[in-house]
Amino acid sequence: MTGDSVRKTVAITNPHGFHMRPMAAFAEAANRFPCSVTVIRPGMAPVNGKSMLALLGLNAPQGTELVIEVTGAGAAEAMQALVLILQRNFDEEEKETTR
Amino acid sequence: MRMSEFIIREAISADLKASQKNEVIREMVENLRLAGYFKGSEPEDVVKAILKRELLSSTGIGDGVAIPHAKHPGVERLVGTVAVSPKGVPFDSVDNDSVYVLVMLISPQERPSEHLRALEGVSRCLKDKNFVRSLRQATTPQHIWDLICNHDRGAP
Repeated sequence: MTGDSVRKTVAITNPHGFHMRPMAAFAEAANRFPCSVTVIRPGMAPVNGKSMLALLGLNAPQGTELVIEVTGAGAAEAMQALVLILQRNFDEEEKETTR
Repeated sequence: MRMSEFIIREAISADLKASQKNEVIREMVENLRLAGYFKGSEPEDVVKAILKRELLSSTGIGDGVAIPHAKHPGVERLVGTVAVSPKGVPFDSVDNDSVYVLVMLISPQERPSEHLRALEGVSRCLKDKNFVRSLRQATTPQHIWDLICNHDRGAP
Protein backbone atom coordinates (compact mmCIF):
# COMPACT_ATOMS: atom_id res chain seq x y z
CA MET A 1 0.00 0.00 0.00
CA THR A 2 1.62 3.24 -1.09
CA GLY A 3 0.83 6.74 0.12
CA ASP A 4 -0.13 5.68 3.68
CA SER A 5 0.35 8.47 6.18
CA VAL A 6 0.48 8.04 9.92
CA ARG A 7 0.83 10.82 12.47
CA LYS A 8 1.42 10.40 16.17
CA THR A 9 2.36 12.64 19.09
CA VAL A 10 4.89 11.17 21.49
CA ALA A 11 6.08 12.73 24.73
CA ILE A 12 9.78 12.44 25.57
CA THR A 13 9.94 10.64 28.91
CA ASN A 14 13.70 10.15 29.14
CA PRO A 15 15.04 12.43 31.94
CA HIS A 16 17.94 13.30 29.63
CA GLY A 17 15.61 14.25 26.81
CA PHE A 18 15.92 13.22 23.18
CA HIS A 19 19.72 12.97 23.20
CA MET A 20 22.20 11.50 20.76
CA ARG A 21 21.76 7.83 21.54
CA PRO A 22 17.99 7.69 21.01
CA MET A 23 18.44 10.05 18.08
CA ALA A 24 20.91 7.68 16.45
CA ALA A 25 18.61 4.72 17.03
CA PHE A 26 15.66 6.72 15.69
CA ALA A 27 17.50 7.80 12.53
CA GLU A 28 18.80 4.29 11.95
CA ALA A 29 15.31 2.84 12.28
CA ALA A 30 13.82 5.53 10.05
CA ASN A 31 16.36 4.79 7.34
CA ARG A 32 15.37 1.12 7.31
CA PHE A 33 12.00 2.04 5.84
CA PRO A 34 11.30 3.51 2.38
CA CYS A 35 8.66 5.93 3.73
CA SER A 36 9.46 9.52 4.63
CA VAL A 37 9.80 10.40 8.31
CA THR A 38 9.29 13.91 9.63
CA VAL A 39 9.62 15.05 13.23
CA ILE A 40 7.98 18.24 14.40
CA ARG A 41 8.54 20.05 17.63
CA PRO A 42 5.59 22.43 17.96
CA GLY A 43 6.64 25.93 17.04
CA MET A 44 9.62 24.78 15.01
CA ALA A 45 10.13 23.82 11.40
CA PRO A 46 9.72 20.10 10.64
CA VAL A 47 12.95 18.11 10.47
CA ASN A 48 13.90 15.06 8.47
CA GLY A 49 13.75 12.09 10.83
CA LYS A 50 16.31 10.20 8.76
CA SER A 51 19.01 12.81 9.33
CA MET A 52 21.00 12.85 12.58
CA LEU A 53 22.17 16.37 11.93
CA ALA A 54 18.58 17.51 11.50
CA LEU A 55 17.40 15.69 14.62
CA LEU A 56 20.17 17.31 16.67
CA GLY A 57 18.45 20.62 16.11
CA LEU A 58 15.27 19.58 17.93
CA ASN A 59 16.48 20.35 21.46
CA ALA A 60 13.75 18.23 23.05
CA PRO A 61 14.12 17.82 26.83
CA GLN A 62 11.99 15.54 28.96
CA GLY A 63 8.32 16.40 28.60
CA THR A 64 8.57 17.71 25.05
CA GLU A 65 5.85 16.40 22.78
CA LEU A 66 7.12 15.53 19.33
CA VAL A 67 4.84 14.93 16.37
CA ILE A 68 6.04 12.10 14.16
CA GLU A 69 4.71 11.93 10.60
CA VAL A 70 5.43 8.89 8.46
CA THR A 71 4.30 8.76 4.84
CA GLY A 72 4.64 6.03 2.26
CA ALA A 73 5.03 2.27 2.06
CA GLY A 74 5.32 0.59 5.44
CA ALA A 75 4.24 3.69 7.33
CA ALA A 76 2.42 1.83 10.08
CA GLU A 77 5.29 -0.56 10.69
CA ALA A 78 7.79 2.28 10.67
CA MET A 79 5.73 4.32 13.15
CA GLN A 80 5.54 1.37 15.51
CA ALA A 81 9.32 0.94 15.44
CA LEU A 82 9.96 4.65 15.91
CA VAL A 83 7.57 5.02 18.83
CA LEU A 84 9.21 2.07 20.60
CA ILE A 85 12.56 3.82 20.32
CA LEU A 86 11.20 7.07 21.71
CA GLN A 87 9.73 5.19 24.65
CA ARG A 88 13.02 3.50 25.54
CA ASN A 89 15.14 4.91 28.33
CA PHE A 90 18.64 4.56 26.81
CA ASP A 91 19.96 4.82 30.34
CA GLU A 92 22.79 2.28 30.15
CA GLU A 93 25.43 4.99 30.37
CA GLU A 94 23.73 6.45 33.44
CA LYS A 95 23.86 3.21 35.37
CA GLU A 96 27.64 3.37 35.42
CA THR A 97 29.18 6.69 36.40
CA THR A 98 32.84 7.55 36.52
CA ARG A 99 32.51 8.80 40.09
CA MET B 1 22.94 28.03 22.26
CA ARG B 2 25.60 29.30 19.89
CA MET B 3 28.79 27.35 19.40
CA SER B 4 30.84 30.40 20.28
CA GLU B 5 29.20 30.30 23.74
CA PHE B 6 30.74 26.97 24.68
CA ILE B 7 33.64 26.24 22.31
CA ILE B 8 36.93 27.00 24.06
CA ARG B 9 38.93 28.96 21.50
CA GLU B 10 42.30 28.01 23.04
CA ALA B 11 41.54 24.31 22.68
CA ILE B 12 40.71 24.36 18.96
CA SER B 13 42.92 22.33 16.63
CA ALA B 14 43.13 22.79 12.87
CA ASP B 15 45.49 19.86 12.40
CA LEU B 16 44.93 16.84 14.61
CA LYS B 17 48.05 14.73 14.82
CA ALA B 18 46.39 11.53 15.98
CA SER B 19 45.22 9.04 13.38
CA GLN B 20 43.21 6.62 15.50
CA LYS B 21 39.88 7.22 17.22
CA ASN B 22 41.10 6.75 20.80
CA GLU B 23 44.15 8.93 20.20
CA VAL B 24 42.06 11.69 18.63
CA ILE B 25 39.86 11.79 21.69
CA ARG B 26 42.90 11.94 23.96
CA GLU B 27 44.42 14.73 21.88
CA MET B 28 41.24 16.81 22.06
CA VAL B 29 40.94 16.35 25.84
CA GLU B 30 44.62 17.26 26.18
CA ASN B 31 43.90 20.45 24.22
CA LEU B 32 41.21 21.30 26.76
CA ARG B 33 43.63 20.58 29.60
CA LEU B 34 46.23 22.85 28.02
CA ALA B 35 43.55 25.50 27.77
CA GLY B 36 43.11 25.34 31.54
CA TYR B 37 40.41 22.74 32.02
CA PHE B 38 40.66 19.59 34.14
CA LYS B 39 43.28 18.90 36.75
CA GLY B 40 45.12 15.91 38.09
CA SER B 41 43.58 12.67 36.94
CA GLU B 42 40.52 14.38 35.49
CA PRO B 43 41.72 14.32 31.86
CA GLU B 44 42.06 10.55 31.99
CA ASP B 45 38.61 10.28 33.60
CA VAL B 46 37.15 12.40 30.80
CA VAL B 47 38.84 10.29 28.12
CA LYS B 48 37.51 7.12 29.74
CA ALA B 49 34.00 8.57 29.93
CA ILE B 50 34.05 9.56 26.27
CA LEU B 51 35.41 6.20 25.17
CA LYS B 52 32.79 4.42 27.27
CA ARG B 53 30.11 6.47 25.54
CA GLU B 54 31.58 5.59 22.14
CA LEU B 55 31.28 1.90 23.00
CA LEU B 56 27.50 2.31 23.36
CA SER B 57 27.28 3.79 19.87
CA SER B 58 29.66 5.84 17.75
CA THR B 59 29.16 9.58 17.71
CA GLY B 60 30.38 9.58 14.13
CA ILE B 61 27.08 10.68 12.63
CA GLY B 62 28.17 10.61 9.00
CA ASP B 63 29.26 13.16 6.41
CA GLY B 64 32.70 13.34 8.01
CA VAL B 65 31.50 14.65 11.35
CA ALA B 66 31.68 13.31 14.92
CA ILE B 67 30.43 14.70 18.22
CA PRO B 68 32.24 12.82 21.00
CA HIS B 69 30.89 13.80 24.41
CA ALA B 70 30.57 12.92 28.06
CA LYS B 71 29.45 14.28 31.40
CA HIS B 72 32.05 15.05 34.04
CA PRO B 73 31.97 16.81 37.42
CA GLY B 74 35.18 18.62 36.53
CA VAL B 75 33.27 21.29 34.58
CA GLU B 76 30.84 23.81 36.03
CA ARG B 77 29.35 24.61 32.65
CA LEU B 78 29.30 22.87 29.31
CA VAL B 79 32.57 23.29 27.43
CA GLY B 80 33.65 22.07 24.05
CA THR B 81 36.26 22.15 21.40
CA VAL B 82 36.52 21.74 17.66
CA ALA B 83 39.21 19.79 15.87
CA VAL B 84 39.90 19.12 12.22
CA SER B 85 41.75 16.08 10.91
CA PRO B 86 42.91 16.89 7.37
CA LYS B 87 43.58 13.24 6.59
CA GLY B 88 40.49 11.88 8.28
CA VAL B 89 40.16 9.39 11.13
CA PRO B 90 38.26 6.11 11.17
CA PHE B 91 35.52 6.59 13.75
CA ASP B 92 33.08 3.69 13.31
CA SER B 93 30.73 6.23 11.78
CA VAL B 94 27.24 5.31 10.63
CA ASP B 95 28.27 5.75 6.98
CA ASN B 96 31.58 3.91 7.52
CA ASP B 97 33.47 6.96 6.26
CA SER B 98 36.32 8.77 7.99
CA VAL B 99 35.71 11.77 10.21
CA TYR B 100 37.31 15.12 9.41
CA VAL B 101 35.54 17.52 11.77
CA LEU B 102 34.99 16.75 15.44
CA VAL B 103 33.07 18.74 18.02
CA MET B 104 33.73 17.52 21.57
CA LEU B 105 31.26 18.39 24.36
CA ILE B 106 31.90 17.96 28.08
CA SER B 107 28.83 18.66 30.23
CA PRO B 108 28.30 19.00 33.94
CA GLN B 109 26.38 16.08 35.36
CA GLU B 110 22.62 16.43 35.83
CA ARG B 111 22.29 19.31 33.34
CA PRO B 112 20.75 17.57 30.32
CA SER B 113 19.04 20.69 29.02
CA GLU B 114 22.36 22.46 28.54
CA HIS B 115 23.68 19.51 26.55
CA LEU B 116 20.62 19.48 24.29
CA ARG B 117 20.90 23.22 23.67
CA ALA B 118 24.54 22.76 22.73
CA LEU B 119 23.62 19.99 20.29
CA GLU B 120 21.13 22.37 18.69
CA GLY B 121 23.93 24.89 18.20
CA VAL B 122 26.20 22.22 16.75
CA SER B 123 23.45 21.10 14.39
CA ARG B 124 22.87 24.64 13.16
CA CYS B 125 26.51 24.92 12.14
CA LEU B 126 27.25 21.43 10.85
CA LYS B 127 24.10 21.26 8.70
CA ASP B 128 25.74 23.99 6.64
CA LYS B 129 27.95 22.11 4.20
CA ASN B 130 29.75 25.30 3.20
CA PHE B 131 30.62 25.87 6.84
CA VAL B 132 31.95 22.35 7.25
CA ARG B 133 33.94 22.70 4.02
CA SER B 134 35.45 25.94 5.29
CA LEU B 135 36.37 24.29 8.59
CA ARG B 136 38.22 21.54 6.75
CA GLN B 137 40.13 24.14 4.73
CA ALA B 138 41.07 26.23 7.78
CA THR B 139 44.77 26.27 8.51
CA THR B 140 44.79 27.79 11.99
CA PRO B 141 42.72 27.55 15.18
CA GLN B 142 42.02 31.28 14.94
CA HIS B 143 40.56 30.78 11.48
CA ILE B 144 38.27 28.08 12.82
CA TRP B 145 37.21 30.35 15.69
CA ASP B 146 36.48 33.18 13.25
CA LEU B 147 34.39 30.83 11.10
CA ILE B 148 32.38 29.76 14.14
CA CYS B 149 31.78 33.32 15.30
CA ASN B 150 30.83 34.51 11.82
CA HIS B 151 28.42 31.62 11.41
CA ASP B 152 26.86 32.35 14.79
CA ARG B 153 26.35 35.94 13.74
CA GLY B 154 24.76 34.81 10.50
CA ALA B 155 27.49 36.28 8.36
CA PRO B 156 28.41 34.58 5.08
